[in-house]
Formats: sequence, structure tokens, C-alpha cells
Amino acid sequence: MIAAITGLLFCQLLGEVLVRVLMLPLPGPVAGLAFLFAFLSLRGRDQGDGRPAPVPLELAKVCDTLLRSLSLLFIPAAVGVVQYIGLLRSYAGPIAIAIVISTTLALIVTAGTFRLVSRLHAFRRKTPPENIEAALDEARHP
Amino acid sequence: MTAFPERAGEIWVYLSANPLFWLTAVLATYLVADRIAETCHRHPLANPVLISTAILATLLLSTHTSYQTFFDGAQFVHFLLGPATVALAVPLYRNLGRVRETLVPMSCALLIGSLTAIVSVVLIGGLLGLPVAILASLAPKSVTTPIAMSLAKANGGIPALTAAFVMLTGIFGAVIVTPLMNALRIHDFAARGFAAGLSAHGLGTARAFQVDPLAGAFAGIALGLNGAVTAIVTPLILPPLLHLLGA
Repeated sequence: MIAAITGLLFCQLLGEVLVRVLMLPLPGPVAGLAFLFAFLSLRGRDQGDGRPAPVPLELAKVCDTLLRSLSLLFIPAAVGVVQYIGLLRSYAGPIAIAIVISTTLALIVTAGTFRLVSRLHAFRRKTPPENIEAALDEARHP
Repeated sequence: MTAFPERAGEIWVYLSANPLFWLTAVLATYLVADRIAETCHRHPLANPVLISTAILATLLLSTHTSYQTFFDGAQFVHFLLGPATVALAVPLYRNLGRVRETLVPMSCALLIGSLTAIVSVVLIGGLLGLPVAILASLAPKSVTTPIAMSLAKANGGIPALTAAFVMLTGIFGAVIVTPLMNALRIHDFAARGFAAGLSAHGLGTARAFQVDPLAGAFAGIALGLNGAVTAIVTPLILPPLLHLLGA
């Protein structure tokens, strides 16, 4: 377990260094995510059956535990809202309306675009083989 | 010997300034909130972060405890956000096949969704008469706190205020996403998760993981990608937007 935690922290550390060196507009942990992903992909290349190797058991345990309690980890930052309670109160109405409508819109537009494009994309990918099938059918039964 | 009420007061003074007390308070409050959420059959309104934040904020305000004192204890939990973000690589890796298949819809949803999140909040806020500094603080509300705060700073906003907006957006998004997607009859967990991560960053991602691991994986991808897109796009579109509003 210690090895897995050290690995996670090490990836984060690499990420923090990388974003500072390259001055990337990303938080260090997001770059650290890329490092861990690269590590998993590189070691899991060849399993013989063409499927990716499973995540090392210990690492999987630590990561799954952290992600299961992801909500808990946001609480300290969320409580920070108390610092601005005065300012938030004086503009409460407009701020609440803007956040509620904008977040709802973003959810609808994002999920809608995702669905629409995947349908179009799947349709385009499916069409040619089906056409071939139909053409072959026609050739067999003129 | 001092009277009990007096001693109790002394003990409270000691405890309330001690990191141990607030760290325990965060964990205990979360356990209670999570139990409440479970009793409500994980109803979206019974969001553990929402309940915990409400309880702890009330406690801080009623005991006149500063956020700094609270954070001295809570920081140990806060610190784990970094490694947890790195851990998002695991579900991403496990669902790589699904992710590859959806590269095209994901890119389209990312661009259009990111623009919607930024433009709509600035326009609505502007039309409702919010001052420019608040609009600039609202613009990056859908992305993860560290990116949002640096964007606010670079674009004439107030970073600390942005942190509060990011949290409010995250809590609202996490509460609304499930009923909204059900109402729209979008049952594809990839699309649902992606929308949650894009619109409501880490809190949307946390909610997605509660619902479905695939949704969680896509939420994690959206969180990272939207952070990058918003960082690039905000400095480009915020000035013309504010100009349009006559601000």
C-alpha cells in the first residue's frame, strides 16, 4: 500500500514540476494523471491476447478507495464559501440565477452534443458495410 | 477548583483552535451526511457535500471560528485531492476502449460545452447587472479550482470569490445532473459523465462515480480537458463579451 501511495505522490510531483517547467495552464495533479496513465499504458502493452493488462492490485485498491470518497475531499474547500458570505448575500439573486441557468445549459448542451455526434458518427461508420451487404444480397438474388 | 461551565469554556477554546478537532469534525460530518444520503436512497438533493458544507459552515459561523482555523485541521483531507486527481488515470485506463470509440463526439461536446459554460454565465450575469469584477470571477466557474482561480486573477476577477463560485457550481451541478439527464432521456453513461465533469468539475465527477464507474471515467476526462480549453478560451472571449455588455 505504501508503494502505491508513493507512486501516486510521485506522479503528482512529476506533474507539478512539469507544469512549472513548461508553464502549462494546468494544475500539477492533472499533469500527474497523464504520467500515471502513461505508466499504466506502457507496462500493460502486451498481454498476448491483445487486451490491456489489469491495473496492479495495490494501486487499484488505493485509487478506488480515494475515488469512492472523492466527495469528502471537496468539503474543506467548499466550506470556504463562508468567507464571502457577505458579498454573496448582497448579489445573491443575480449570482444564483446566473450559476443555475448556465450550469443547467452547459449540462444539456454538452450531453446533447455528445449524443448527437455519436449517433451521426456511428451511423456513418455503420453505413458502408451495410451497403456492401445490401449490394451483395442484390447480386445474389437479382 | 474552577466551576464546570468555566472549564468547559476553556476546553472549547483549546479544542476549537486545535487541528485535531476540525479534522475529526470534517470526517464525522461527512459520515453523518453520507448516512443521510443513504437513508434518502441517494436522492440527488441529499448530496453529501451539500449537507456537510451546510453543517460545517453553520458551525463555523455560530461559533465565530475563522476559516483559517478550520482549514488548519481540514487541510489534511484537502491535501488528498491531489493524489485523488492523479488516481483518475485508473478508471481512464480501464475504459480506454470506450474512450477511443468516442473521441469524435467527445471533442465536439468539449468545445461546444466549454463555450456554453463560459459565455452563458457572463451574459446572464451581465444582463442582471453584476459588476465586471464579479463577471470575470464567474467566467471560469465550471473548471477545477486551481485553474479557475488563476484565470480569475489573469482576467480581472477576484480569485477567492471564484473559488466560492466554483464550489456553488459544483454542488448545483452534482445535485441537478441525474434528474436533468433522466428528464432529457439521455441514458448513455459516457455522455452523462462527460457533461457532469465538464459543467461541474470535480464535484460532478464525484457524483458520476457514485452513479456509475464508466460515467466517472468520462467525467474525469472532461474535468481535465475542460480545464485546458477554458484556460485557453477565457482570455480570448471575455474582453469582447464584456464589451458587448457595455461594461
